[in-house]
Amino acid sequence: MTDASAPENEVMLTSDGRSLKSSLNRALRREKIRALLLIAPLLLFIILTFVAPIVDMLFRSVENEIVGNTLPDTVEVLAEWDPETGELPSERAFEALYADLFLAAEAKQHTRLGSRLNYEQSGISSVFRSSGRSLDDVGELTQDVLEDLDPAWEEASFWYGIMQGTGDPANGLLKSRRDRLAALTTEDMSGDIGFLPGSDISVVLPRTAAAYSDFAIFTAIADEDVVSEEEPWEGVYAAIGLDLQDPALREGILAYDGPGAAQLNAALEAELPVINYREAMIEIDDGWADLSNWEVIKTYSPRYTDGYFLNAIDMRNGADGAEWRPENEQLYLTLFLRTMLMSLAITFSCILLGYPIAWLMANLPARSANLLMILVLLPFWTSLLVRTSAWKVLLQQQGVINDLLVGIGLLDDANRLVMINNATGTIIAMTHILLPFMVLPLYSVLKTIPPSYLRAAKSLGATDWTAFWRVYFPQSVPGIGAGSILVFITAIGYYITPEIVGGTKGVFISNRIAFHISSSLNWGLAAALGAILLTLVLALYWVYDRLVGIDNVKLGG
Amino acid sequence: MSGPPIYATMGQRIWYYSFRVICGFIFFFLIAPILVIIPLSFNAEDFFTFTPEMLRLDPEGYSTKHYVDFFTNEAWQQPLRNSLKIAPVATLISVCLGTLAAIGLSQSHVPFRRAIMAVLISPMIVPLIISAAGMYFFYSRIGMQGTYWGVVLAHAALGIPFVIITVTATLVGFDRSLTRAAANMGAGPVTTFFRVQMPLILPGVISGALFAFITSFDEVVVVLFVGSAGQKTLPWQMFTGLREQISPTILAAATVLISISVLLLATLEILRRRSERLRGLSPS
Repeated sequence: MTDASAPENEVMLTSDGRSLKSSLNRALRREKIRALLLIAPLLLFIILTFVAPIVDMLFRSVENEIVGNTLPDTVEVLAEWDPETGELPSERAFEALYADLFLAAEAKQHTRLGSRLNYEQSGISSVFRSSGRSLDDVGELTQDVLEDLDPAWEEASFWYGIMQGTGDPANGLLKSRRDRLAALTTEDMSGDIGFLPGSDISVVLPRTAAAYSDFAIFTAIADEDVVSEEEPWEGVYAAIGLDLQDPALREGILAYDGPGAAQLNAALEAELPVINYREAMIEIDDGWADLSNWEVIKTYSPRYTDGYFLNAIDMRNGADGAEWRPENEQLYLTLFLRTMLMSLAITFSCILLGYPIAWLMANLPARSANLLMILVLLPFWTSLLVRTSAWKVLLQQQGVINDLLVGIGLLDDANRLVMINNATGTIIAMTHILLPFMVLPLYSVLKTIPPSYLRAAKSLGATDWTAFWRVYFPQSVPGIGAGSILVFITAIGYYITPEIVGGTKGVFISNRIAFHISSSLNWGLAAALGAILLTLVLALYWVYDRLVGIDNVKLGG
Repeated sequence: MSGPPIYATMGQRIWYYSFRVICGFIFFFLIAPILVIIPLSFNAEDFFTFTPEMLRLDPEGYSTKHYVDFFTNEAWQQPLRNSLKIAPVATLISVCLGTLAAIGLSQSHVPFRRAIMAVLISPMIVPLIISAAGMYFFYSRIGMQGTYWGVVLAHAALGIPFVIITVTATLVGFDRSLTRAAANMGAGPVTTFFRVQMPLILPGVISGALFAFITSFDEVVVVLFVGSAGQKTLPWQMFTGLREQISPTILAAATVLISISVLLLATLEILRRRSERLRGLSPS
C-alpha cells in the first residue's frame, strides 16, 4: 500500500489525519462487528434451543447423583467398607441405611433409587420397595417403650419443646438438613417452617435433632402442616433410641438441663430395647444380607459414573472393574452393528439405484432432465409419514404387492411374502425414502463432467466399459462419496420408518433410545446410547465437511 | 440424444434401450408408492388394497367416505389445526433470524465463519431422535416440555439450517455493487435492505421458508417427545394410527399431504425459474 519510494518513517494518512493502516483496520473491525451482530441473535437462539439440550443430554449420560442424594450417610459410611473382605458392612452402615431409607420412603424417593439401581443389578428394586413398607416397625419398638415410660413422649408439643430448646438456634444444622432434603426430593425446601433446632439439644442428641429437623422441614413444606402439632414420625424415635444408648453421649445427657431434661434422664435409666439394625434390616428384606446389593450401592455412589456408557456397550462395573455382561443381557453392540450394516445396505442400494438415473438426467437435454427431476423431487417433498404409510400399505401380506403377485400367478395364495415387520421392510422403505438424498448430490457432480472426455476415450480406442470405468467413474466418485455420507448419516439415526415397518428384527438404535426415554425411563442409558450415536454421526459429518463443505449442500436445486 | 447414435453397434443399441428401461423402473420405484396412495384413498371398503370393484373401475367401488371422515372427525381435525398453528410461527422465527444471520455470514470478513456455520447447520445433521431426547430432558427441566412454545421453538431450531443454506446460496450470486450504488444515492442501510437487497434475495428467502415450513409440518419425532396431547400434530396422529389401529382415513390424510407437497414443489419450481431468468438478465 505504501509507496515503495517513500521514506520509511513517513506514514500515509487519510483525510481525518489517521494513518491509513489504522483507518483500514478500524473499518475492517467495524465490518466484523456488524457481521457478528447480524449473526448473534440466531447463534444465541440455536445455542439456547438446540445446543444446550444436547449438552444437557451428554451430561445426563454420566450423571449419577441419585445414589448420593438418596443415601448420603450410607454412602459416607460405605466409603470405608471393602467388599473384598466378603463381610457385610458395619452396624453403622445399617444404621445410616435405616435413617436414609426412612427419609427416602417418607419422600417417596426410595423406589426411584430402586429402579435406578435395578439397571445395574436386577432384583434390587424389590428390596427397596419392600423395605420402604416396614421401616416404621423398627422405630415403633423404641416409641412404645418411651410412651409407656412417660405419656409426654406421645405429645407433639413436648417434642417440639425439647427440640426447639430455649437457647441459641442451630442454624447450620437446619440449613444442612434443608439442603439434604432438597437434593433428595429435587424440590425447593426453603421457607419458614416455624421451627428452629436448639443448639444445646443438637449437641446432646445429634441424631435426634437431625431426624426431627428433617421431620419438621418435611411437615411444614411438603405436607403444609404445623410442626408443633404433629407427633414426630417413627424415624425420630429410632434416632433417639440410638442417641440414648450411645455411651459417648451419656455425660452430655446427664448434664443437660433444658426442656424435657427429667423425661430424658428417666429414659436414659430405663431399659430401652437394643435394636440391632443389621438384623432388623435383614429381617425386613433379606436382600440386605446379599453382599452384591451393597456392592452395587458402593460402586454407584460417586456423582458421576461410566456405568451408562458401559451398559451401552454391553459391559458393567464388576468387582474387578469393567466386565462383559452375561451373554443373555448383551444387546447393544449387536444393535449398533445391525444399525450400521443396515445403513450400509441402504446406502449401497441407493448408489445402485441412484447412479443410473443421475447419469441419465445428467446426459439428457435440460428440458427432459428437469421433467425427470420432478419425479425425484416429489418424493423428496412428500411427507415422510405419507411415504412410510405407503410402504406399510404396499408391503403388507394382504397388501398391493402380494395381491399383484398372487393375481398374476407368480405366487401361491398360501405363501404370501413376508416383507414387513422385518429387516427387508426397513431396507426397502428407507431406500425409497433416502434415494433423493443420493440422486441430488450425485446429479450435481455428474453434470459437471464434460461428455467430451468419454468421447475422447472412445476415439482413442477404449471400449464403452473401459471408457466408463477408467474415465467417467473416477470423476463421479466425489458425488458418490457426498451422497453416501448424506444417506448413511441420515439412515443411521432414523426412527420413524424402522418403528413402523421394522417389527423387532428391523429396528435401529434410535428405536431403543426412544424406548428408554418413554417406556423404561432409563434416561441415563438413553443419553449414553445417544452420545455414542452422536459421536458417530459427527465424525461422519466432519468427513463430509472435508469432502464437500457444508456450504455446498444443495437442496433440490 | 434422441436415440442411440447411428453408428452404434447392435450390442450398444440393446444396452441403450435396456438402460432406459432400467431407469424407467427406478423412476417407477420412486413415484409409484406415492401415486398408489391416491386411488386407494377412494376405496369404498376399509381395505388397504384394490378391491375387485375398483379394478373393474366400477363407481360402486369408489367413495369419498374417508375424506368425509378426515374433514369431520375431531380426531383428525384437531391435529390438523395444531399443525397449522405450529408450523407458520416456527417458520416465521426461522426465517427472520435465519435471513439476518445469512446476510451476516455472507459478509466478506466474518471471524470463526466455519465454526459458526457448523453450529447453525447442526440441527440438520444431528439425528432427530437425539435432538428429541436432548430437548425432552432440557425442556422438562425448564418447564417447557408439553407447551405450545416448546414445540414451536424446537421446530424453529430444526428449520433454521434450511433457511441458512438457501439464503446464503442466493447471496453468493448477489451483486454487492448494488448496495453500494444504493448507498451512494443516499439510501440508509434499512432502505437499502428492504428496497434493493430483499427483493433480489426474496426467492431464496421464500424457498428457505417453504423448507422450514415443511420441516415443521412433517416433523414427528421431536413433537412426540417435546409436545403433549395438546400439541398433537397431523404427522403425530398418522404415526399413532400406523402403529396402533391403522384406519383407511390415513390414506385420505396422506393424499391431502401429497397435494400440499405438490403445491409447494410447484411454487419452488416457479421461484427457481424466475431467479434463473433474472440471473440470465443481470450483466454478470
